[in-house]
Formats: sequence, C-alpha cells, structure tokens
Amino acid sequence: MSRIEAKFASLKAEGKAAFVSFIMAGDPDYETSLEIVKGLPAAGVDVIELGMPFTDPMADGPAIQLAGQRALGAGTTLRRVLDMVGAFRAGDQTTPIILMGYYNPIYSMGVDAFLAAAKEAGVDGLIVVDLPPEEDEELCLPANRAGLHFIRLATPTTDDRRLPAVARNTSGFVYYVSITGITGAASANAACVAPEVERVRAATGLPVCVGFGIKTPEAAAAIARVADGVVVGSAIVERIGQGARPGEVLDFVRSLADGAHGA
Amino acid sequence: MNDTPPNSFRTGPDERGRFGIFGGRFVSETLMPLILALEAEYEKAKTDPAFWAEMDDLWTHYVGRPSPLYFAERLTEHLGGAKIYLKRDELNHTGAHKINNVLGQILLARRMGKTRIIAETGAGQHGVATATVCARFGLECIVFMGATDVERQKPNVFRMKLLGAKVVPVTAGRATLKDAMNEALRDWVTNVENTFYCIGTVAGPHPYPAMVRDFQSIIGKETRAQMMEREGRLPDTLVACIGGGSNAMGLFHPFLDDPDVRIIGVEAGGHGVDERMEHAASLTGGRPGVLHGNRTYLLQDADGQILEGHSISAGLDYPGIGPEHSWLHDMGRVEYVSVTDDEALEAFQLSCRTEGIIPALEPSHALAHVAKLAPTLPPDNLLVMNMCGRGDKDIFTVAEAIGAKL
Repeated sequence: MSRIEAKFASLKAEGKAAFVSFIMAGDPDYETSLEIVKGLPAAGVDVIELGMPFTDPMADGPAIQLAGQRALGAGTTLRRVLDMVGAFRAGDQTTPIILMGYYNPIYSMGVDAFLAAAKEAGVDGLIVVDLPPEEDEELCLPANRAGLHFIRLATPTTDDRRLPAVARNTSGFVYYVSITGITGAASANAACVAPEVERVRAATGLPVCVGFGIKTPEAAAAIARVADGVVVGSAIVERIGQGARPGEVLDFVRSLADGAHGA
Repeated sequence: MNDTPPNSFRTGPDERGRFGIFGGRFVSETLMPLILALEAEYEKAKTDPAFWAEMDDLWTHYVGRPSPLYFAERLTEHLGGAKIYLKRDELNHTGAHKINNVLGQILLARRMGKTRIIAETGAGQHGVATATVCARFGLECIVFMGATDVERQKPNVFRMKLLGAKVVPVTAGRATLKDAMNEALRDWVTNVENTFYCIGTVAGPHPYPAMVRDFQSIIGKETRAQMMEREGRLPDTLVACIGGGSNAMGLFHPFLDDPDVRIIGVEAGGHGVDERMEHAASLTGGRPGVLHGNRTYLLQDADGQILEGHSISAGLDYPGIGPEHSWLHDMGRVEYVSVTDDEALEAFQLSCRTEGIIPALEPSHALAHVAKLAPTLPPDNLLVMNMCGRGDKDIFTVAEAIGAKL
C-alpha cells in the first residue's frame, strides 16, 4: 500500500476527512519554505501538495501566480523542488507529498529523468494541470509505471460521458475542482458540491478531495462533511505573500486542519 | 526524423491534433469538454456548404476579398533580381489578415449559441478584428491585452473601445501578449457556459491551429489562382513573417505539396538571435516545449521557464510559434530565417518610398528578407511576399526608433 492509500485508509478508520494543504516550493525562499513544509504534519496536514513554480500558470489565480513569481525570483528550479522533498522525507516517512504544477518544466528536464529523481526524493504523486486524459502517454502512464500516483482533476464540466476517461489510469484520490474557474476565486458551496462528490466517487471508486475556493476553517468544515478530503491553497499562500512568519502560517494551517477534522 | 518525408505535407493534424510530435491538447480538464465540442462543431461546419457560403459572402462584401496580387515594379527594379509580387492583405477591412480567421470563428460561435467572445491581442490587430466582427453580429466582446501593450498601442485600444469591446489590461506576469493569453484562458475556464475563445493565430490546443490555418488559407488559394492568371504558372518563392504564424500558414499551406515552390518564414530577430535572448525567433533560437495548449518550439530557459520575447513589432513579440510551423521546420519543408529590428525598420522605409505602401512592422520583417534574397535570384523567379498588415498603427513606434519628432 502506498503512503497515499495508507493515509486515506487510516483516516477512513478514524471517520475523518483528509486535510490537504498546498504551498509553493521556494516561496518566499528555499529555507523558509522548507521550514513551513516540515511543520505541516504537526499542524494537522494529512497530505502535502507542493507547487512546482512556472512562469505561466494558466489555471491559477493571482495568489498562486504571485507565489510562483516569488519562488522563481528566489532561484527555485525543479531540481530544488525535488531537493526540498528529499530534505522533508529524511525526517518524515509517512506524510504523502504530491507535486503540483505544469508540464513544461518536467518535459524540459525529461520525463524519465524527472520520474526517477522524484521517486528517489520521496514524491508520492503528481498533479499536472495541463495534462488531460487525452495526453496520458506523456506523463501519466510513465508515472504509473514508475510507481507514482497520477492524480486527476475532475471539474463541473466533466460530465458523465467523460468521467470514465478521467477515472482511467488514475489512483490515490481524485481532486474535484469545486468551481469552474481559477484557484482562489469564488467560494465553494458545500450543498452544490455534495452530489458531485458522490458522482465522482461512484465513477472512480477513489477518495474525492475538494479544492478551489475554500478559504476558512468554517468552509473547510462544511466541505469535510461531504467529501473525503479538503484542499486549501490560495488562502495559505496569501499569508506567506503578506510576509507571515512560518509559525504564523502554521497556526493558520492548524485552524484549517482543525476545521476539516472536527467535522 | 527527416529521413522519410510524408506523401503529403497537407494531411495534418492527426486525430490527436498532432503534427508529428507538435500540437496536441495540453489544457486543464475544465476546458477539455469545450475544446472537444468546438472540434465537433468545426468538423460539421467544414463540410457544410452553407457555412462556407456565408464566409464567402462576408469575405467578399465585408472584408473586400480577394485581396490583389500586386506586381511591385519599383521594388523589383530597386532590388534587381526576382520579380516581386505583394499579396495585399493589408487592404482588408481592419487593415490586416486577422479578420479572415475571426469571421470564421465568430460564425462558429454563433452556431454554438455562444454570446460572449473573448480574445487576446498583442499589437491590437486581432483585438480590433474581433471587436469589429462582434459589433457586426451584436456579440459581447472582451479583449485581454498586456498592460505594457495597452500603453504602447493606444490607437488600437481606442478603436476597440469605439467598436464596443471591453479592453482588459493584464498586469499579471510581464504584462504582454503571453500574459494576455494566460488571462484569456483563465476567463474561459471561469465562464465556460456562454463564452467562445477566439484565438488570433495558428497556436493553442487542437483544433485551433488547424482551424485558424483553414480560415487563413484563403490567402494562399487566392495567390495560386491569381498567379496562374497573371503568369500562367505557380510562384517560385513565397516569403511571409511569423509571430504565431497565421498569415504565413495561410499563404504557405496550399503550396506545401508543390516541391518546386521554395517557402520561407521570417521570424523576428529583435536585437539579434544570440544568448542574450532579446528576440522572438522561437524556431531559430528556441527548443520544443509545452505552453498554451500545444507542444511547439518555445523561448525558454534551461529549467523550462518561459522567456519573454523581444521584437520592435508587438505582433511578433511572442515566445512560441504555431505547432505546424515547428513540424514543417523539423521536416525541412519550409526554411525559417530571422531578421533584426533594424533590418525591419529599413525595409519599412523602403516600402514607403519605392511602392507608396506603409507596411506594418510585421510584414516589414518579411520584406527585409526579400531585400536580401531577391538580388540573388534570377529575374524570372516569381516571388510572392505576404503584405499582411498596414502600418498606420506603427508610425509612432517607427518615429521613435528613427528619432523623428511627430
């Protein structure tokens, strides 16, 4: 059983939803970012999503765009992101780490070289926004062969006809994008999301985590009641952008995790 | 890769939207169903005589097609070599080739019941064309434009506003064309129900590169017929400038399977194609990558981060190029060269003085290469250059560059 599968199994046994947090690797710099990542499990984070910065994040709102610019400005490269995972993994063998970003930096490094380095560093899964099922041969299938989960996004536009394609070749969990839009935009509505989560869960047989537009402990709690996991990114990244110290960022993360877990 | 040339260079893309390894559909899941719906609608329209009848009618009576194929006698004399013809797409309504494609996409949007049109623009020519056709059909139009470009292309911004479009300055990233395209994609992902994304060049996810090419191919089809009528044979040489590459693809595509026709695309060399990367020549100075929905040659750093292009021409100032050009480059069917800002500026003035045509800075790049090439060719070499846009929009840029006071 992979780290991701083990994590969802143990949470299910406890009757809890997973709390998934996103931060951008290297934001605002390598050391600060690593300090925050190392503190996430103790703050209640079950699954860590670590952003790979890219110059042209077409699916992201201003908060994550700016986080990527700060990270790139501080000299973050894909190799450094993998270094960070390795440094985290040296002290934590159980918390799953998923890398999230866009395809070009991976393609530029070379898919095989990237997958080998990611596996070696202790990465558990990948979310690559601009690789839909139609492009599975690029990275999804090689990642599966390398023993990495390729986690798919399902969206409100993913109708029942497309769901089987989305379910194919994916594992770990499904990331349900609760709105049509970019990260950090409109608020997600738990009542609208509930039937969608059911629909995706039924079609894939996988845990369904919900993200995009969840900003507060209350919102996290509401989503946790209807989904297998809650993802928060922009709200955390915004605080890093405002210059919050790692301790303050982790306090906020803890309040979100408590919201998600208390449900 | 070049060992086995295909039987035809005109059959692409394949069913996955690929030209060799280039092209594809690298978009987020939210957009994927929309792109599939667009592909289905385009496939239907492509073989529907009613669709093309409506296009032809608008091309003839609204745009003013066919555009003339004009023998540039004084330019030919001045350069002393090939017989130079100009395909006069700058005479189209709105002053550039962009409207050929916009009409097609807006007719498709109408067939799909979409009421809100979004577009990206760099120099503003595609934005003006989109705003124009939206006004013609009473559709809401939103144009995304980098804040830097809004500042340096004020006349076109005002034109779009006069035509009833909303111009949204994009401050994200580095505030130019690439960022405008990111922002248009972000809008599309947010407003999926009623919105049609009208892309201005032969790039983006499948089916855009093929669809825009098909709409722009009217340029090459007319050129073929006009040259047969004028000279009784096909041209020997074709030259066109390339940013994303839509005017070039429109001229080239109908000739790709005529092996005796030499085809040359001219990229923007900015301050020179070297390690400073102050240029917009994706093919001569970039390498394959994935951006804006397709795999193609891109200007990027060693880590796969996209670099900002530079060109004096805002319309060529894009770090990518249409995927079919990337394929034609690798297959060796089309030659791709670059010329610098300074060479383009000289050609701009040459056209004004010898032919009484003020060209846009984009085709000035093509002309700069013609000025180098024509003298090396015999007088019976029939050369066609696509004069894809007029230069009224560029007079301020040119004045500044040559140190003239207005």
